[in-house]
Amino acid sequence: MFGKLSWDAIPFHEPVAMGGVAGMVLAGILVLGGITYFKQWGYLYREWFTSVDHKKLGVMYIVLALVMLLRGFADALMMRAQQSIANGGNEGFLHPDHYNQVFTAHGVIMIFFMAMPFMVGLMNIVVPLQIGARDVAFPFVNSLSFWLTFAGAMLVNASLAVGEFARTGWLAYPPLSELAYSPGVGVDYYIWALQISGLGTLLTGVNFFVTIVKMRAPGMTWMRLPIFTWTALCTNMLIIFAFPILTVTLAMLGADRYLGMHFFTNDGGGNPMMYVNLIWAWGHPEVYILILPAFGVFSEITSTFSSKKLFGYTSMVYATIAITVLSFMVWLHHFFTMGSGANVNAFFGISTMIISIPTGVKIFNWMFTMYRGRVRMTTPMLWTIGFIITFVIGGMTGVLLAVPGADFLLHNSLFLIAHFHNVIIGGVLFGYLAGMTYWFPKAFGFRLHEGLGKVAFWCWLVGFYVAFMPLYVLGFMGMTRRMQHYQNDAWQAWLILAAVGGLIIAAGIGAMVLQLAYSVWKREELRDVTGDPWGGRTLEWLTDSPPAFYNFAHTPVVHTLDALAFMKERGNVHSRERYTDIHMPRNTAVGLIMGLLSIALGFGLIWHIWWLAILAFVGMIGSFIVRSFDDDVDYYVPAAEVERIENARHLAMANQG
Amino acid sequence: MSIAIHQQSQTFGAHPHVDGLDHEHHHDAGGNTVFGFWIYLMSDCLLFASLFAGYAVLGRNTAGGPSGKELFDLKYVAIETLFLLLSSITYGMAMMGTLKRNSTKVLIWLAITGLFGLGFIGMEINEFHHLIEEGNGPGRSAFLSAFFSLVGTHGIHVTSGLLWLVVLMYQVWSKGVTETNRTRLMCLSLFWHFLDIVWICVFTVVYLMGFL
Amino acid sequence: MAALLSGCHLSVLDPKGQVAADEKSLIITATLLMLVVVIPVILLTLYFAWKYRESNTEATYTPDWSYSHRIEAVVWAVPIVIILVLGTITWKSTHELDPYKPLESSVKPITIQVVSLDWKWLFIYPDQHIATINEIQFPANTPVNFRITSDTVMNVFFIPQLGSQIYAMAGMQTQVNLIADTPGTYDGLSANFSGAGFPDMKFTATASSQADFDAWVAKVKASPNKLGLDNYNDLAKPSQKDPVKYFSNVEPVLYAAVLDKYMDKSSGLKLADKFCLPKVVASVEATNKDRAEK
Repeated sequence: MFGKLSWDAIPFHEPVAMGGVAGMVLAGILVLGGITYFKQWGYLYREWFTSVDHKKLGVMYIVLALVMLLRGFADALMMRAQQSIANGGNEGFLHPDHYNQVFTAHGVIMIFFMAMPFMVGLMNIVVPLQIGARDVAFPFVNSLSFWLTFAGAMLVNASLAVGEFARTGWLAYPPLSELAYSPGVGVDYYIWALQISGLGTLLTGVNFFVTIVKMRAPGMTWMRLPIFTWTALCTNMLIIFAFPILTVTLAMLGADRYLGMHFFTNDGGGNPMMYVNLIWAWGHPEVYILILPAFGVFSEITSTFSSKKLFGYTSMVYATIAITVLSFMVWLHHFFTMGSGANVNAFFGISTMIISIPTGVKIFNWMFTMYRGRVRMTTPMLWTIGFIITFVIGGMTGVLLAVPGADFLLHNSLFLIAHFHNVIIGGVLFGYLAGMTYWFPKAFGFRLHEGLGKVAFWCWLVGFYVAFMPLYVLGFMGMTRRMQHYQNDAWQAWLILAAVGGLIIAAGIGAMVLQLAYSVWKREELRDVTGDPWGGRTLEWLTDSPPAFYNFAHTPVVHTLDALAFMKERGNVHSRERYTDIHMPRNTAVGLIMGLLSIALGFGLIWHIWWLAILAFVGMIGSFIVRSFDDDVDYYVPAAEVERIENARHLAMANQG
Repeated sequence: MSIAIHQQSQTFGAHPHVDGLDHEHHHDAGGNTVFGFWIYLMSDCLLFASLFAGYAVLGRNTAGGPSGKELFDLKYVAIETLFLLLSSITYGMAMMGTLKRNSTKVLIWLAITGLFGLGFIGMEINEFHHLIEEGNGPGRSAFLSAFFSLVGTHGIHVTSGLLWLVVLMYQVWSKGVTETNRTRLMCLSLFWHFLDIVWICVFTVVYLMGFL
Repeated sequence: MAALLSGCHLSVLDPKGQVAADEKSLIITATLLMLVVVIPVILLTLYFAWKYRESNTEATYTPDWSYSHRIEAVVWAVPIVIILVLGTITWKSTHELDPYKPLESSVKPITIQVVSLDWKWLFIYPDQHIATINEIQFPANTPVNFRITSDTVMNVFFIPQLGSQIYAMAGMQTQVNLIADTPGTYDGLSANFSGAGFPDMKFTATASSQADFDAWVAKVKASPNKLGLDNYNDLAKPSQKDPVKYFSNVEPVLYAAVLDKYMDKSSGLKLADKFCLPKVVASVEATNKDRAEK
């Protein structure tokens, strides 16, 4: 009746796990209880959960990302704590079974449920505004994508309380991830959480690609596209090409586990090395999916806060395209040590190094944007400068690892861990946090508190170096990754230092939480009345903060790159022309319903509760079909209503300004 | 102010409008949908490419069991292929019906397409059932895992297409050949022909080359 | 600080063998080459950010200047040149350091077969007919040809101070050629997470004089334990923190049998020689036959 599920699935006998569960449950009670107490369910349902508005979906994506950042960071602190004490005979406080889940969950959460939603959230908020559009090409699909991502995150969270998570590392290499060596439900949680959210991501890729190609404002030719939108376009192309590979690979692993197939098993002719190739054929483009939008954010921020045109826009665009194409030609550098032969290894090593050329060009372009500009040291700019310095170090260690001979000594060591955290934290995370600070006023109408933002930045920057520079040293000391315990006093000293770094980062996260709370409390003082708090150069700053639900009363006509900067120079930013009816999509619950059903589907598949899985699946298909019969999916906002809204906003702005 | 804007847009030729500002575009929503569907098909292409890659790597890993040569019946597969190819032609006829908004013509040809598709799926299920009964199911060897997954994924796509076809037939029957239905018929057309092309690759790589 | 620096033995940068030494110089060369760009970039970034800060109204301000042919040329050319140099170094060193490439030496290599198990290392000396768990010894200045497979999930065979690591994978054989130029005992480990007992999957590799090596072989041969196909299965059962164990005799086809377990004979023919079981079995059996006839 309930498949493999029984009361044993709840880890009553594991105090640390139960602690985590208690924390989650407590947080859940506070949030859900709070919403109930303040009677906000109706509001949330109508205005947010059933919304197809890209601005709202973007905010929800980022909320999800920040919540999962806390979850993934908790895993990180536990790992640092365990490794700083588990020396010699000391087994630490995390039993290997649990430790092995923690490092797996840390990687899965940070990549799939923190970085990806954060990026998709920023793209959602910004891209339609930057291209002068009213929404994305397929607003309903956008909503569905969010709820599928949410479902995946919920499944990962559920694994803490019910059952277990995978104990294989974030990429779940077979044969370890096969049934013979991972008989529990952990790998199944992994597979279904990623398949479900992966579908959401793929749909996002298609959605935004069509949006950018087809819905740009008139006059916005390709070389007038804002640089963030360019990086978003390339990222979405990468998603379209790469995610199907992940889908197939996980499906094959699932087929081995559920249907007794032999894709990657040791016996029956399976080939685990094929998994490694396939998963990295997805995995390498994935990290470029993450970094390209961050590059776009830095381009926008450097230009705005230097009060200067972005240096070398054209070469930035070509560099981005080059990186996009090259990212498909380097995947083998993740496993030079599998004995592929010198020609193959050398080819992939060199192709990896070639990517550093367009990346280097970008860095120079940012530097020369600041050169002869007027640089304002706001929080976003601090993140940017911190990024440039940190990312070049990470890039350097990356090129080092790209030399197969060097990799033969450093593969899978803490040097590798330090390298990829160097580029992911220093590049991806700094970028998204900078973007969040930069576009926050656009989304909410008030700025984040600057002082606390700077505190958060410095804690993150210092904390990052204290936490990860020791890992480079440890790599040279011969320490390999994923060790629950070890015997080496010298290592321990460095691991303790790294743990201290983790605590400094924790302070940074605390500062961010404080900043958010304080800014909400003091929002009137921090209010953005003009819609353009930074002196921006692109179209999103033309709208109010937050924009009207239809974004633009009149679709702007674009004449140059940095469209808004041009309009400001000419003095014709706001027009009072005749208003027309505006075509908008209706909210719908179908995305929410399908997302929630997908949680049931995943849960049913994981625990072999077949009736639940079948019902949920039929329900999802059924909901989609029912929606297809719905003719009332859009509406027109009458011109008179638009005029009323616009006049009210202009009045409010005049009063406050 | 508006005159200045008017002059500017004339100068830059952004958009020849009387008052210089852009009117609300009637978005080419159907066009966007079809374009979006093309892009989705590109991703599906990659899905099949990965399955083909898996088949290429594992195709000879028969783990002491039978290979394709011993299992495949080319005549049987030729009939399956005929069904699928004919169904593409009949779908094309249905699309001709949409040009004249002739819902009867559309429905008849869609029904015939559906029957051919059903025939294809029926034969495929029979083939799979037979193999499994003989102990040559997907768990027998890596080769068979790859075979069942590649051919089976194509079959799942075709089945989804059939479900879509039935729903769309109902929608055409009840509302006629509306703009929305035309867009959907166009998308299903792309899907159906795409699956045809994939089948030709499957037929060649799996069945024909299995005999080499 | 003292604690940090006192134990600061960067073993990876303290090579005890030619392979590791070559790899270390690669690391240093590549790093220095890149620092040529990285250090100026970091300094310039900080300098520009400081000099062109908003409060410095005396600095030149050119808000519309966004292109320069010369700068463009330099920012493409400098990285391209560095990558050309690094690329050439990569091509050459990758070929020279190919783990499968036999090492140049006048000394005859010794062969050690390696099987990664859950969670210990089985070492078989086909020429000496001995086997051990978690301990190997060989003469210094003698090339050692490791032939590696796994009877479980993927592991990585690694002796950091001697050089190149390589994956151990079931149904496949990988190889690495290493040499120690200084006598000593070096740490060995698995560098790929393989499950519950992974952290304890350690072994020691001792390079010694020829005489000491012979003495060690004799010590192993004095062990009452023998390793045959029958008790191998017990040995392969999952266990953790295994102590060192010696086997005075080992079934000659054991290693080939382990490879055979997972290799799909139907497909073996198309794989490269280094993975090809029929040749491995044939060569192992031929060698054994030669020895038996002598």
